[in-house]
Amino acid sequence: MSDVKKFMYLNRRAPYGTIYAWESLEVVLIGAAFDQEVSLVFIDDGVYQLVKGSDTSESNMKNFTPTYRTLGDYGVRHMYVDKASLEARGLSQDDLIQVAWEDWETEEEVDNIVEVVESAQVTELLGESDVVFSF
Amino acid sequence: MADLYTVNKSPFEKNSLEQAIRFAGDGASILLIEDGVYGAMAGTAAEGLIKGASGKKFYALRSDVKARGIAEDRLIGGVELVDYAGFVDLVEATDKVQAWL
Repeated sequence: MSDVKKFMYLNRRAPYGTIYAWESLEVVLIGAAFDQEVSLVFIDDGVYQLVKGSDTSESNMKNFTPTYRTLGDYGVRHMYVDKASLEARGLSQDDLIQVAWEDWETEEEVDNIVEVVESAQVTELLGESDVVFSF
Repeated sequence: MADLYTVNKSPFEKNSLEQAIRFAGDGASILLIEDGVYGAMAGTAAEGLIKGASGKKFYALRSDVKARGIAEDRLIGGVELVDYAGFVDLVEATDKVQAWL
């Protein structure tokens, strides 16, 4: 158990239409109990998971956008968003929620761990991860 | 009369919207529901599908649009928002429903 592994959760599906986004969140939250280095990357329709302003009051579905905001508290250190996927969907960082992170021991704080990155960096991040979970 | 086409897939994931538009006849109504509503957003790489279609009327289900955080002013011009009752009205007003998945 001494070896910390780099876990990467790869999210490529829109929220609500299918169960993938919610299942991914569940697994991330469960995995957070295991003291690993956890990052999430959002590409393709997965970028829609982080769009702010969701209102499910008329659709009988749980609005799980607020759950993403808590990920920093669960030890998720990085949330990467593929820039090209955002742009193809007419979106920019301004359309996305912000997720804060704080290290309780060192009191190090980051206002927003949601980071828009180039595709080449996504390739690199996936490459250097020990485990990639795909949703 | 013409048919009502429902499309429930994102235009970035499946070609359901593209093909529904291609095969829908003149006067057809195309209702975007579930992840299909992403096709109604302006300024995307897929907006040409609806903007380039002629002789068809486009609708999007309001509850699904709202759930996905899409503001009304970001919809492609001419796309009409309907609620569940409006969905039923469309079903009633058209010959039959074709669900494009």
